[in-house]
Amino acid sequence: MSKLKETIINPIFRDNPIAVLILGICSSLAVTVQLNGACVMALSVTIVTGLSSFVCSIIRNTIPNRVRIIVQLVVVALMVILVDQVLKAYMYPVEKQLSVYIGLIITNCIVMGRIEAFALGNKPIPSLLDGLANGVGYGLILVIVAFFRELLGSGTLFGMQVLPAGYEPNGLVILPPFALILLGCVIWVHRAIYKDLQEK
Amino acid sequence: MNKIFEKGGKLHWLHSTVDAFETFLRVPGTVTRSGSHVRDAIDLKRILIIVLIAAAPAALFGMWNVGYQHSLAIGDTGLNILGNFWYGFLKVLPLYIVSYVVGLGIEFAACQIRGEEVSEGFLVSGFFIPLIVPVDIPLWMLAIAVAFAVIFGKEVFGGTGMNIWNPALLTRAFLFFSYPSYMSGSECWISLRKTDTVIDGFTGATPLALDGAPAQYGTGFWDLFIGTVPGSVGETSVIAILLGAIILIWTGVASWKIMAGTVIGALAVGLIGDLAGISKVPCYMQLIYGGFAFGAVFMATDPVTSAQTECGKWIYGILIGALCLMVRLFNPGYVEGMMLAILLANTFAPLIDHLVINAHLSRKAKKLKAA
Repeated sequence: MSKLKETIINPIFRDNPIAVLILGICSSLAVTVQLNGACVMALSVTIVTGLSSFVCSIIRNTIPNRVRIIVQLVVVALMVILVDQVLKAYMYPVEKQLSVYIGLIITNCIVMGRIEAFALGNKPIPSLLDGLANGVGYGLILVIVAFFRELLGSGTLFGMQVLPAGYEPNGLVILPPFALILLGCVIWVHRAIYKDLQEK
Repeated sequence: MNKIFEKGGKLHWLHSTVDAFETFLRVPGTVTRSGSHVRDAIDLKRILIIVLIAAAPAALFGMWNVGYQHSLAIGDTGLNILGNFWYGFLKVLPLYIVSYVVGLGIEFAACQIRGEEVSEGFLVSGFFIPLIVPVDIPLWMLAIAVAFAVIFGKEVFGGTGMNIWNPALLTRAFLFFSYPSYMSGSECWISLRKTDTVIDGFTGATPLALDGAPAQYGTGFWDLFIGTVPGSVGETSVIAILLGAIILIWTGVASWKIMAGTVIGALAVGLIGDLAGISKVPCYMQLIYGGFAFGAVFMATDPVTSAQTECGKWIYGILIGALCLMVRLFNPGYVEGMMLAILLANTFAPLIDHLVINAHLSRKAKKLKAA
């Protein structure tokens, strides 16, 4: 596999940021109650990680090493505010539902992690792809968890009734702890596929 | 055992299952051959059977009480003892079948996959589960809850003896948070058939749901002590539970330190509540309300999930009692705190043991240094 292809494919499956690096857990517990919110969140994080990695990679040779974290933060904050403004303008109800979690993308470890680990040592285009791919990997897990939580917790998908009306919604699935259990199951499946990742 | 179930045989994949039934029904003729081992009449199977015997009075009384509460609700006198018992028995039996079929099924499957012997651990959990749920709980809900508790509470940690939380309580916690309308409020604790009409002016709230205020019906001290009040199947009768406690302590199966610690912790916090004027009933009444007695005797003393060190058992017990009363007194959202208190204390039990052992080691080290 070519290096570029690996940069795109690996973060989505084999080196998934949630399943392997266990990053971005907080937001995946908070925004996965409904599929709608999870999809928007996934998209937002993908854009923020991609663009901030891209920008940081462009200026990587001019950032003094000692203040690099603060510079990265400024870049990430800029991207988050841009995304937030766009959501406010075009998807106000979803933005309202996600509330603080859009703003909190800035604290999502995946964003800073990819900048530190990848963007500062690579050219802009691979960094952009790496950021986008990690965002997609994060989003994939988010959508899987939200799918089960919305289906079992409300009997709906994207707000539409899927299960028959007699279905008794499960209150535990709505609560954040169950997202943690589902994440555990996702990691279980992931480790079962990639056996070399199993801890001894 | 039949050759085809041995390693290399045709039906080897069924080995664990066949082995489980073989050792359950007959005494195995083989003994450990190598290494040091203790020969004792007491083993896991005997311990678990003693627990079942100890819990039997509570279960039998619970079945009668289910029928008794039902009789009262439809305006009967409730004096037909056998009729009450039969009604309760028919109501509780399906719960037992579901609990055992689902729980043991998963347990057998998990052991089969891992290639281990099936152990008797679930016999007790499965016996307790129907005793701590409302009797009219839909069976499919119970099945889901049992499956959840056995898979996520037990098998993922490595099966019998490795679980952090009590599987029976985990079942109840799952039901409590998943289907709160079936697990709380005033209607769910009395069994009714679809054709029954409830007489006017009858209230079926449990004593705790009535906020501890001695209400019009069945909440006097002796009613609570004997157990003729609505509630989960096995939790109502303090007398039957005390009988079980005596059996458990006399045979040394459960730790009296945990039970005593739980009572002390509850009384201490209850007394503070009394003095501060928060509690609506004197603190000793809290010991006979709701699931406190059942939890303290049968749930808290589970040898797997409780603290192992002698000093740790006191801390663990006091923690349960204190937490339970704190939930009851200071959190209006949850009227019954015993389940949450025990699960929380289960979580901390390994930490308590760790700290007790470390404290002991550092004391020894100091003594050695001084000498």
